[in-house]
Amino acid sequence: MGVTQKLGDLGVVTTTLETAINWARTGATWPLLFGLACCAIEYMSTQGGRYDLARFGMELNRASPRQADLMIVAGRVTRKMAPVVRNLYDQMANPKWVIAMGDCASCGGVYNNYAVVQGVDEIIPVDVYVAGCPPRPEQLIHGILTLHEKIMGERIKDWA
Amino acid sequence: MQIKPAINPVEAVKAALPSAFITVVEFAGETTLVVEAAQLVAVSLYLRNTAGLIYNFLSDISAVDYYEPTGGIGDRPARFGVSYHIYSMLYNNRLRVKVYVDEGDDGSKPVVPSVVSVWPAANWLEREASDMMGIVFEGNPDQRRLLMPDDWQGHPHRRDYPLGYETVQFSFNVEEIMKHKPVAKE
Repeated sequence: MGVTQKLGDLGVVTTTLETAINWARTGATWPLLFGLACCAIEYMSTQGGRYDLARFGMELNRASPRQADLMIVAGRVTRKMAPVVRNLYDQMANPKWVIAMGDCASCGGVYNNYAVVQGVDEIIPVDVYVAGCPPRPEQLIHGILTLHEKIMGERIKDWA
Repeated sequence: MQIKPAINPVEAVKAALPSAFITVVEFAGETTLVVEAAQLVAVSLYLRNTAGLIYNFLSDISAVDYYEPTGGIGDRPARFGVSYHIYSMLYNNRLRVKVYVDEGDDGSKPVVPSVVSVWPAANWLEREASDMMGIVFEGNPDQRRLLMPDDWQGHPHRRDYPLGYETVQFSFNVEEIMKHKPVAKE
């Protein structure tokens, strides 16, 4: 009988601090409560009972950027809105992540014109891009799981 | 109470303010009355207050840019047209009053007198036309932009305003675009 199995019988799990912290972070990535356009409708649907984002510990949208970990940019960012989005991002406490939801937030989408920022990555750093116009809730959940994978891969030595 | 029957607005304006009248255009059952920009307020007041007309509701103000290189002025008197879509709730009549204005010789913005004193609804409509088309409405109490950010340069609905600031990205030009595309850092 190996030591792992014996410890397992006693209800003890061995892991690294890194994995434990990253796991805890993926389990409660609270998104900031805001939406900019039609993608927000799909985002609400993702929150709803049918797709149930609560499975990932994300049912709690924080209306204050101070309490949010994840910014889901759901919709096109106009140039008038861009300073507001950047301000919200700056107000979020570290660690923080950004998902660009949909084509408009990712690259401007169909709005190739003077009024719309051609991708929210021009104003804030983006971790995951979700394609679609708008993306279905499954696609957004895939993006969130991709972000979880990214969070699980973070290293203590990279933390400032 | 006896209500005076509706009268023809074109004939009435022609008779009452002959110096303001320029021409009239009938198209698709709609009447456009073209008047002198300088006498716009007088015409508006006349159309609103005269018995038989009573155009007491301003639906919309729209501005058009007849920019020469993209279609041109044609037989129109100036580059910019400003249309006032007015409605008489009493007689259920609609009328379009239109003025033509040009930029100044020194490139200054075209100037139209404000009709806020006639129809208070004109305030935001004029601000929108002013923001998008760069037309100055003299006498408007609030000259700020309505839609674009306060520090915006230029007027987006003019024909000589660029459509966008980034070329559409394909696989053949992605490297060229990414060279100058701004990307935010932390």
